[in-house]
Amino acid sequence: MSRLPDDLKYAKTHEWAKPEEDGNVRVGISDYAQEQLGDVVYVELPDVGRRVKAGEACAVVESVKAASDIYSPVSGEIVEVNGALSDAPEAINQNAYAAWLFCVKADDLSELNTLLDAEAYKAGAETD
Amino acid sequence: MPFVPHTEDDIREMLATLGAASIEALFDEIPAELRCGALDLPPALKEMAVARLMHARAGQNRPLLCFAGAGAYEHHIPAAVWAVVSRGEFYSAYTPYQAEASQGTLQVLYEYQSMMASLTAMDVSNASLYDGATSLAEAVLMAVRTNRKSHSRRILMPKTVHPFYRRVVETIVGSQALEPIELPYDAKIGRIDPASLELHSGTDIAALVIPQVNFFGILEAVDELTDWASANGAVAIALVNPIALALLKPPGEWGKSGADIACGEGQPLGIPLSGGGPYFGFLCCRKAHLHQLPGRLVGRTVDVDGKPGFTLTLQAREQHIRRGRATSNICTNQGLMVTAATIYMALLGPEGLRRIALQSHQNTLRLMDGLAAIDGVARVFSGPFFHEAVFRTQRPAREIMDGLSERGILGGYPLTRDYPELGEAILVCATETRTQEDIGAYVCEMASLVSHG
Amino acid sequence: MLIFDRSRRGRAAYAQLLPETGESPAIPDHLLRKTPPALPEVSELDAVRHYTRLSQQNYSIDTQFYPLGSCTMKYNPKVCHNLASLPGFLNIHPLGLERAGQGILACLYELQEILGEITGMAGVSLACAAGAQGEFAGVAMIRAYHRLRDDLARTEMLVPDAAHGTNPASASMGGFRVREVATDSDGNVDVAALEQAVGPQTAGIMLTNPSTLGVFDQHIQAIADIVHRAGGLLYYDGANLNAIAGKVRPGDMGFDVIHLNLHKTFSTPHGGGGPGAGPVGVNDKLLPFLPLPIVVKDGSRYRMLTETERPHSIGHLVTFAGNIGVLLRAYVYVRMLGYEGLKRVAEFSTLNANYLLKKLIEAGFEPAFPQRRAAHEFIITLKRLAKERHVTALDFAKRLLDYGVHAPTVYFPLLIPECLLIEPTETESKETLDAFAQAMAAILKEAETAPDRLKSAPHSLPVRRLDEVRAARQPDLAYKSE
Repeated sequence: MSRLPDDLKYAKTHEWAKPEEDGNVRVGISDYAQEQLGDVVYVELPDVGRRVKAGEACAVVESVKAASDIYSPVSGEIVEVNGALSDAPEAINQNAYAAWLFCVKADDLSELNTLLDAEAYKAGAETD
Repeated sequence: MPFVPHTEDDIREMLATLGAASIEALFDEIPAELRCGALDLPPALKEMAVARLMHARAGQNRPLLCFAGAGAYEHHIPAAVWAVVSRGEFYSAYTPYQAEASQGTLQVLYEYQSMMASLTAMDVSNASLYDGATSLAEAVLMAVRTNRKSHSRRILMPKTVHPFYRRVVETIVGSQALEPIELPYDAKIGRIDPASLELHSGTDIAALVIPQVNFFGILEAVDELTDWASANGAVAIALVNPIALALLKPPGEWGKSGADIACGEGQPLGIPLSGGGPYFGFLCCRKAHLHQLPGRLVGRTVDVDGKPGFTLTLQAREQHIRRGRATSNICTNQGLMVTAATIYMALLGPEGLRRIALQSHQNTLRLMDGLAAIDGVARVFSGPFFHEAVFRTQRPAREIMDGLSERGILGGYPLTRDYPELGEAILVCATETRTQEDIGAYVCEMASLVSHG
Repeated sequence: MLIFDRSRRGRAAYAQLLPETGESPAIPDHLLRKTPPALPEVSELDAVRHYTRLSQQNYSIDTQFYPLGSCTMKYNPKVCHNLASLPGFLNIHPLGLERAGQGILACLYELQEILGEITGMAGVSLACAAGAQGEFAGVAMIRAYHRLRDDLARTEMLVPDAAHGTNPASASMGGFRVREVATDSDGNVDVAALEQAVGPQTAGIMLTNPSTLGVFDQHIQAIADIVHRAGGLLYYDGANLNAIAGKVRPGDMGFDVIHLNLHKTFSTPHGGGGPGAGPVGVNDKLLPFLPLPIVVKDGSRYRMLTETERPHSIGHLVTFAGNIGVLLRAYVYVRMLGYEGLKRVAEFSTLNANYLLKKLIEAGFEPAFPQRRAAHEFIITLKRLAKERHVTALDFAKRLLDYGVHAPTVYFPLLIPECLLIEPTETESKETLDAFAQAMAAILKEAETAPDRLKSAPHSLPVRRLDEVRAARQPDLAYKSE
């Protein structure tokens, strides 16, 4: 069964979100998502400084057989992206929770409350 | 009936296996009211009869001595090209989705990609698109996708770009809220007016299209134009002729940092005129834009034994996976045409191609010298030109074309409809296939037509 | 070995090399190329041998059975290639078509008429270079139709979830939002779901019938009514015309616009990936919007309509008049078939598909729609095998290559897990079908007893399974000399 850390929030669209002290939210994709995708070959990340809305597609994770849109779980400004992924996209397959994609300075942290906890996400993913 | 091998015995056995009374029974799920009756089609012809018909139709076409270019060029095609391309293993092969069963096609495409990348001095080439105009449309869409600094969807489209290409781009990008902005040309020299470009300096432009050579055959100031694009945050799209690139500086070397995307019509590379198609379009780009490149891509890799092999790659961008979010709806590449172009380029090599470009250029120079010497015929532009040029006559262009046609010559392409401001102007081209006698005949006929005007 | 590896400095195909004239190009120096392009320098024999040998590494219709669902890999008649390649056709410049190409225009005009008759459409344009372009044209015409009526609310295009990827891609390119409609368990569009999905925002629906699932959608008349009543138009994807040619006409089913794939139903060659041609047909509603050029007859002369005569045309999709070479091949084909021949295409492609389906069921395979007749193609699903033996449809496909058969279409349509979409076409004999069924049965047995043989297949081809991950992660897309 895929790994599912308890301290993270999850979106139905398979992103994980980790709120940090400075009000930023770090975002990646779940272990289940990387399993479904297969070997990741390329990641397209948003520009730093871009403003995004909750639910807006702002990145793409590409495998040999699929290209998945990644949706920002919160509204805000992209303050950091994981440049290491351009040389080593396979990091996402190796550890989906360490290989974060981007970091959003959230406008309104309460948006995180609309996301799922590990149990609810697991239940949703299993019926997929 | 042609191509269906079944005998009465076959049919009987197969229906017995199915437990069906007749072939008609197999259509019983289709509502009866939808069934059409007999259709009004010409009766079936055996091969002998259809061959006779087509020979007659081919005979109805008049072989005119060709002095027209304007996007399609008559070059000599070595016999070996189509002899090999017509082999059933190339001709009737499918798209190479099952790589292990398609190494032949895949390697040809890889070699093609390599040759085009080198010809344009770009990092990558795709495995082709439908034709030059559609490759320009795809280049424009790609430029907008890839230019993250620009928020406008404004494209600078010079009037010196082929008018047919401009209208195809309009048709294809029109529904995607792109804004093509026309750039006028300097009427004396025949190339993009740099002052018109300055008007857009400092504004948000997504891309600039730079034709080389342009529709009039005139050479553009590609270095200045490319640098302008770079300085203004616009993607530089080069629109080029592949034979010309054997002689002219390739887009990857334009300006300080080179163009971003190169595209154009591949027909000159071993593809017959054929009334206008099928041709193929090429699309090449810098490595940074690779993931926005539409169309098929072939990559070299290894198999499980470590043996080198080829496969379609980065397919996640394409329609069959990305569907509504694909880079394009393109499902094809012009496989057969590209195979021909690859064999053509292998046969000509760098020196062969250069000599064809040079000969075409020199023939056009000689033709224009001969025409300009006629009283009543004048060059239209003063800028240096390559392998195509524009002249103007006192007689209406239509009459000149008709007169030449009666004498067995396709005189060129009259510009009266697309560029009425140029008057009775004709775009003419002489490739390496035109002999000195051909050129002499054209000049002679022109002289007589003009003097009788 | 690449052609570049055979290159030797100074070598050339001398018969092609023009003499050096020694003249200078009279072009400003800063516009000239300084280093020659890295094209190979080989003799003519080297080039011929190299590419001939490469061709021998391909599967092709001329050499192998190709039951690729949705692709219609029927025999490409040699006569079509020969006749389309007559010098009288090949040497005509596109800008001299009206002046010097009356023979070509006559063939194109008649082809327009013939395709219109076959599909039940009022007007046909031959000017699209491929099926995907035909789709784009269809979508663009629907858009133009609504705009001319001043109905700008029509922003959505309905597409079944079983549709070919080009459908939603074309709709997006045409500026529409795509809305998927579900398929029911019989393989038909879910009519109830469709009723929910239509409204004033509906521009139209893109359908193929028989569908991509290989079955005829029996509710097509109801579907047409629902969409038309909501003010939308019906677009027909002609990819599966082989199943019904001469039996049913899309126009009679209620479709307003169609595209055809000449490289499928009309036997023009696949050429390793192209060229194709995707003519479009329309009923009276959409006539003004047809892409140009269209060939018309003025007395005894043929000519092409201009923009001034068709001010509402969506325009030109390619530089010149279309893929003339492909159109001529299709013309020869339909002239050889006539009505009777066309009908037999539908009859025998359907007979072959149903027969093969029966043989495969007898061999132990699971059809996706056991309660339905196959049209010209059908789906079998290997999901049980995948679950029990961890052998996938892809493994099956690869093992088939060892039996000298090109694999069927795999993983399309996306709705059916671990599926093989099989289309034998009408040009295959009973023996070929029987041999295929036997090969499939043997592989099925092997899947139970020695699944590793499948998972590591193919074994007998020039290469074994290729590292696609490496190809994507470390793209090597062009040869670079050291």
